[in-house]
Amino acid sequence: MTKVVARGPIARWTRQGLPVLVIMLAALLAWYLGAWLLNAPAAIERVLPQDGAWRWQDLLVATMEMQRPVLPAPHQVWQDFWSAVLDWPLDSPRNLLFHVAVTAESTLWGFVMGTLLGLVLSVCIVHSRTLDRALLPWIVASQTVPVLAIAPIVLVILGSLGFAGVAPKAVIAMYLCFFPVTVAMVQGLRSPQRIETEMLHTYAATRWQSLWLLRLPAALPFLFPALRVGIAAGLVGAMVAELPTGAQAGLGARLLTGSYYGNTVQIWSALVMSALLGLTLTTVVAGVERLVLRHRSQA
Amino acid sequence: MKPATRLTVMLIVGCLIGGLALMQFSPTAGEEASPVFWLATLVLALLAVQSIRRMAAVDSGRVYGTLTAALFGVWVIFFWQLLVVALDVPRVLLPPPSLILQSMSTHGPTLWGDFVQTVLKAVLIGWTLGSVMGFSVAVAIDRLPFLQRGLLPLASLTSTIPLVAVAPIAVMWFGFEWQSKAAVVVLMTFFPMLVSTLAGLKAAGRLERELMHSYAAGYGRTLLALRLPAALPFIFGALKVNATLALIGAIVAEFFGSPTSGLGFRISTEASRMNMPLVWGAIVVAAVTGSLAYAVLVQLERRAAFWHPSVRES
Repeated sequence: MTKVVARGPIARWTRQGLPVLVIMLAALLAWYLGAWLLNAPAAIERVLPQDGAWRWQDLLVATMEMQRPVLPAPHQVWQDFWSAVLDWPLDSPRNLLFHVAVTAESTLWGFVMGTLLGLVLSVCIVHSRTLDRALLPWIVASQTVPVLAIAPIVLVILGSLGFAGVAPKAVIAMYLCFFPVTVAMVQGLRSPQRIETEMLHTYAATRWQSLWLLRLPAALPFLFPALRVGIAAGLVGAMVAELPTGAQAGLGARLLTGSYYGNTVQIWSALVMSALLGLTLTTVVAGVERLVLRHRSQA
Repeated sequence: MKPATRLTVMLIVGCLIGGLALMQFSPTAGEEASPVFWLATLVLALLAVQSIRRMAAVDSGRVYGTLTAALFGVWVIFFWQLLVVALDVPRVLLPPPSLILQSMSTHGPTLWGDFVQTVLKAVLIGWTLGSVMGFSVAVAIDRLPFLQRGLLPLASLTSTIPLVAVAPIAVMWFGFEWQSKAAVVVLMTFFPMLVSTLAGLKAAGRLERELMHSYAAGYGRTLLALRLPAALPFIFGALKVNATLALIGAIVAEFFGSPTSGLGFRISTEASRMNMPLVWGAIVVAAVTGSLAYAVLVQLERRAAFWHPSVRES
C-alpha cells in the first residue's frame, strides 16, 4: 500500500510546488475571466460605440482597461500597486508603503505589548490558584466572543483621554494579541510532566528557576502558534482601528478612501498590500520560531 | 458540612449581603462620598478577594470551578457599578452596568432589529454557506491529491491575511444590505472549513481503513461509514472557529458601510455620537450571541460525536 515518495529537489518541486503553481495560474485565469464577465455590461454601455459596431476583441480590450471597473483585471491592480509604491516619495500619503508603515507600526507595538502582557499574566495564572480558577475561564470564554467589536469603544475612551495617533491602534492590536497568547502560554507552562517538575524539586530549584529552566522552554512550542494567530489578529485590529479616525493614514484608511471615491483599483491594491503585510508578519514570526526551536527534535 | 466549608459559604453570603447594603449607601450623582463609605468599600473588597480565594481553594468537581469564575464575574460587575457611580466617572469613559442594562431595555426593539439584521441574516446565512461550501469542496477534491497539494498551502495562508478588508468591495458588488456582509462571512469561513475537513478526512486510522477494505467496501461506503464520522471533531472544530469569525466578519463589514441597522452599524454610529451605554449594550448582545453559538455547537458535537475519545473524556 505504501507509495514510494521520490526524493531530490526536482521531485519535491513537482510534488509540492507544481500543484500550487497550477492553482495560482488557474486563479489568475479565473480572475481575468471574472473581470471580463463582470465589466462587460458597463463596457458595452459606456466605452464601446453605441451603434453596436464592435467586435468581441474590442469588448475584451475595453473590459481590461476600464477606468472604474467592477472587478479590475490583475494587470491593472499590478500597475496601480507599483505606481503607488514607486512613483511617490516614501513620506507622501499617496505612497502605499507610507500606509503600510503606519499600520505595521501600530500592529507591532500592539503585538509586543500584548505578548508581554500575556506572558506576565500566564505566569501569574500558573502560580496562583485563585487567578487560575477565577480569571482563566473568562479569558478562555472570550475566545468565543467577537472582542474586535470593542474597538470603537477603545478609540472613544482613549480619544477622550487625549491619546491620538499610534496609541489607540496599538491598544486594540494589543488586546487582540493578548487573549490567544495567554491561553496558549498557560497550556504551555503546564505542559512539563510531573516527573520533570519533581526532578527540579529534588534539585531544590526555586520557583523562578523551575520557571526559567523548565516551564518557559517547555512552553515555547505552544507560544509560537499563538503568536502567529496573535499578529494576524493584531493586523486586523490595527486596520479596523484606522476606519473611524477620519481616514488619514494606514491601510484601513486607504481602503475606506478608496471606497468613498469609488476607486476600485486603489481598493484592490490596498487589499493586495494588506495581504502581503499579513504574510510578511507571519513569516517573520515563523522564521523566529524556526530559529529558536532549531535544536528541538521533531516530535 | 465541614467547618471550613461553612466558613467559606458564610463569607460569600455575608459579602454579598454587605455588598447589597453598601449599594444602598452609595452616593448619588453630585454628592461627595464619605470616608466611611470608602472604608466600607475597602473592607468589602478585601473580604470579596478572600472569599474568591477560599472558593478557589476548594478542590472538588468542575462545578466549583464554574462557581468560582461566576463569583469573580459578579464581584467585577459589582465593583464596576459601585466605583463608577461613586467616583462619578464620565459616561463616555465607562457607563455603569445598570445604565447599560437600562439602555438595553429602552432600546430593546432597536437592538432586536440589529440582531435580526446582523446575526439572523448576515452571520447565519454566511456561516452556513461558507461552511457548506468549504466542506463540499474538501470532499470533492478528496480523490484529487494534486488539487489538494495545490489548494492546502494556499488555503492555510489565508488565515494570515486580513480577509475582512474585502468588505468595501463586497459593498460595491452586493450593496449595503446584508448580502454584502454575508459574502464577507462566506469568504472568511470557507477556508478554515476546507482545511479542517481535509485534515479530518485523513484522520481515520489505517487499521480501520483496511478493515473496510477487507469488507469490500467501496470508496463511497468507506467515506460515509468511516472517514466522515472520523472527521467530525475536525468539522465541529471548524464550525466553532467559524462562528466567532462570522460574527467578527459581519460586525466589521458593517463598519465599512451598512443600512441603518445591524450590530456593527449600531456600535460605530452610537460610538461617534458618544452614546456609550447603547454601544456597550450592542456589544453585550454580540458577546452573548457568540457564547451561546459556541455552547450550542459543543452540545451538538456531544450528540453527533459521542463515541469520540475527546468527547468521552470530558
